[in-house]
Parts: sequence; C-alpha cells; structure tokens
Amino acid sequence: MTFEAAKSTRTWVTGLGVAAPTGLGVDAYWSATLAGHGAIGRVTRFDPSPYPSRLAGEIKGFAAEEHLPSRLLPQTDRMTRIALVSADWAFTDAGVVPEELPDYDVGVITASHSGGFEFGQNELRALWSKGGKYVSAYQSFAWFYAVNSGQISIRNGLRGPSSVVVSDQAGGLDAVAQARRQIRKGTPMVISGAVDASICPWGWVAQLTSGRLSVSDDPERAYLPFDDRAGGHVPGEGGALLVLENAEHALERGAPHVYGEIAGHASTVDPRPGSDRTPTLQNAIELALADAGLGPGDIGVVFADAAAVPDLDRVEAEAITKVFGPHGVPVTAPKTTTGRLYSGAAPLDLAAAFLSLRDGVVPPTTGSTLSSRYEIDLVTGAPRPAALRSALVLARGQGGFNSAMVLRAVDRSQL
Amino acid sequence: MSDAENSTEISTEFTLEKLLPILLEGAGADDRVDLGGDILDAEFTALGYESLAMLETAGRIEREYEISLDETALAEAVTPRALIELVNTHLPAARTA
Repeated sequence: MTFEAAKSTRTWVTGLGVAAPTGLGVDAYWSATLAGHGAIGRVTRFDPSPYPSRLAGEIKGFAAEEHLPSRLLPQTDRMTRIALVSADWAFTDAGVVPEELPDYDVGVITASHSGGFEFGQNELRALWSKGGKYVSAYQSFAWFYAVNSGQISIRNGLRGPSSVVVSDQAGGLDAVAQARRQIRKGTPMVISGAVDASICPWGWVAQLTSGRLSVSDDPERAYLPFDDRAGGHVPGEGGALLVLENAEHALERGAPHVYGEIAGHASTVDPRPGSDRTPTLQNAIELALADAGLGPGDIGVVFADAAAVPDLDRVEAEAITKVFGPHGVPVTAPKTTTGRLYSGAAPLDLAAAFLSLRDGVVPPTTGSTLSSRYEIDLVTGAPRPAALRSALVLARGQGGFNSAMVLRAVDRSQL
Repeated sequence: MSDAENSTEISTEFTLEKLLPILLEGAGADDRVDLGGDILDAEFTALGYESLAMLETAGRIEREYEISLDETALAEAVTPRALIELVNTHLPAARTA
C-alpha cells in the first residue's frame, strides 16, 4: 500500500466530549483524574438503604435544561441527555458544526449496556399505578439501546452509517471499532462512544443480578481492582463521545486537535462457563497489536478493564503479563475514581489514554494496593510521567466479551 | 391568543389556552417557534411536533377530559384549530354551548 493510500484509511480522533462523575468536560475530568479525585459515594438519586449495594459514581450538577431544548426533555432518559450534551461538546472540540457537513458524511455509532432504565421505570410505574393511558408515547423509543445513536443523529442531522453495539462494557470499544470500519469504507466522520446512566431502582436491581457489585459502604475501599481485598465494583454513570475522522479529511479541514489514531482493535469471546479452554483476552490483545502493526514493546501504557472480581482480575493480569512480560508495561485503571460506567467506561478510558499520550503522563489507579499474586506494574498513588507513543485499552463485558484497542500518537510535525 | 371571542366561551370549551400547557408538558417546545404567536392554523409539524408528540398530546387530552379520540380523525387534525374543534365535538358542555 502506498503512503497516500495508507494515510487515507487512517482513523484519527479529533474531538472529545466527556461526562464523568469526576468532571463534566475534558478539562474537569482530566485534572480530577490526574489528581486522583474520586467521586464514589452513597447513592443520592434514590434511597439505597434497602439494597445490598449502596455506593455509586454519580454525575452531580448536570442540568439537562441548561444544555438541551425543552422539546427533547420529555422524550429522553438521563443517559440520552448526557450523551447528547457530550456529543455537542465533542463536535465543538473538533471544530465541527455538523449541520454544515453533508448529511451522509457523518455517522453515529454508540454502545449501550442497558438502555434508558430510569425513563422506563417511570413509565412502568405509570402503567401499574394509573393505567396504560398514562404511559408516555416516547416510551416507544426512549428506553431503547439504539436511542442515543438515534437522538444524536436527529439533533445534528447526521445520516451516515449509524448503529448501536451491545456487548456490555466491551461495547464501548466495539462501537468505536465499528466506527473505524465505516471510516475505512469511506465515511469521512463518525461520532462514536457511549454513555450509560441507570442509577435508579430498576437499573440497580438489574445490575445486582451480576453478583459483581461491591457491598462495601466505604468509598475508599469499595472498588479495588488487582487488590487482595477486591470484592466487586461500584457502578457509575457517564462516558464519552469521540469524533472519529478520516485522517485526510481532518487535514483538509484543518482540524484543531488530533488526539491520535485508532490504530488497532480486536474482540474475542470467552469459552462457555465450565469449558477447559482458556479465556481469550490475551488473544484480543495480541490480535489488536497485530492489527496496529505494533509489538508489545511499542505500548507505553495499558488501561485495564479492572473488574475487581478476583477471578477476572487474575485473568486480566495474566493476559497482560503473558503479552508484555512480568511488570513489562505500566498498567492503570483510573475508573477507580468513577466506578464502572458499563458501555461508557471504555470510551472514557480512550479519552484518558489520548490525554495521556498528549501530556506524557499515566493517571493513577486510586485506592488499590497491588496483590502480590499479580505480576503487573500497576500505577498507583501519583500520576507517572512517561514518554508515550501508543496505548492499549481493554474492556470486558459480562457473557465473555473481550475487546482490546490500540491508540497511537500522531506526530503533528510530520503532517 | 386570549381574544374576546375565547374569553366569552364557557369554561369547559377546549381552547388554545388549554392545549398549550398540554403540548408543553407532553412534548416541550421548539426553540425556533413562538407558541404565543398566531399558531391556530399552523401545522403541528411546522411547530416542531412530529407524530409521536401528537400521540402523546392526544393521550394527555383523552385522560384529562375522559374522552376517546378517533385515530383517523386525529391524524387529520394537523393544526391546533382542527385539533381543538375535534376535541370540542367530544365535550358535552361545548356541544350544548
């Protein structure tokens, strides 16, 4: 392949829109993440007293009516409102006014873990307490997995290839990978990523069925991946939307930011429970590296999935160690400050990884003390300066989904 | 919108003043549209309300006034004036007024 041809199939990230419990907007999130500020606390969106798990990473101070027209409020779940605003921020960051681009040049590909649970809960309550006439007509789509893609598309007039990917937490990477495929097939720009937000009683009991939620009441000790005290995770809400763009398109329009390239991706599915075959996260990592044309030595930091369930932590630590060698690469999980955001987690990690490449620093994993059972170089305490060229982001979904994505810095002086 | 003609009508008559809060609560308002203006003969689609917004609005009118609106007639009521007339044909007080 010639250089020009290779250049034309490169997928760059040129805009970030972040909504995390630790901060709304890229700058607020990133400074909180580097400082190790945590946002995990007792649930305030409903009374968590009757439930075995009572901590969450909630987004505070998000007033949808300050950002969105009243026309959208009666028809949107909280996750959709946050996604719409994050998409607005991502486009602004990218220096793009979507309405000014040809309709079919921009697609929307998001991931979703559970859809609009809070909206659905309110309508179910109306159904059973008052009757069917009281259920909102907007329930027809407001709960639906694909609704964030649909509403972002409608609000911004985007008619390019659009879809939703559902593979639990791995979906956050799988959606971005699908966006990259569409860009390779010729769509100049796709907004991709995910926002999940289902901290409401119905969402809560659904999440509790995983058996993976921490029952600790101590925010400092509730979510401790790779720690001997690991006892499940704390759910959070939020995520990130990223503007993905054909490199040539970005150059031609003079994109103000080039955060880096989506250089490689792979997803695998684990063997069925009880199988004697081994888990396949390692395969995902190796395949993603191969897709990027990079070796383990090129990767400067790994953003871990960080389940904080001992068996899952062991599988992840072993996969990293087998690929990179014992203590062979810095590993971090800044999601300890936000809780696990389900589909929103990996896009937020992608944003953090790009900011790590930009600033030459690895944000810390907070709270955890590395177990002696794992031979990984877990970055804890303070942020660690590092000259980074490439990063690996991992995400796993319940049901055996594994996904790995390789990011690479773009040297602007060579453009 | 509260002109002399409306103010002389009896309170059970369905009017634009009664429709507007129902529209707003069920479907919000398009920022580019002045609902306080002369909208009686504007089409709902031009006012920013798509079919689901009309379904939600009709559902709210039906439960508030305990009436049942015919789907076909609803689909044909594409302006506030037409919808108000349709609702009024179902209100006994309005019919006798």
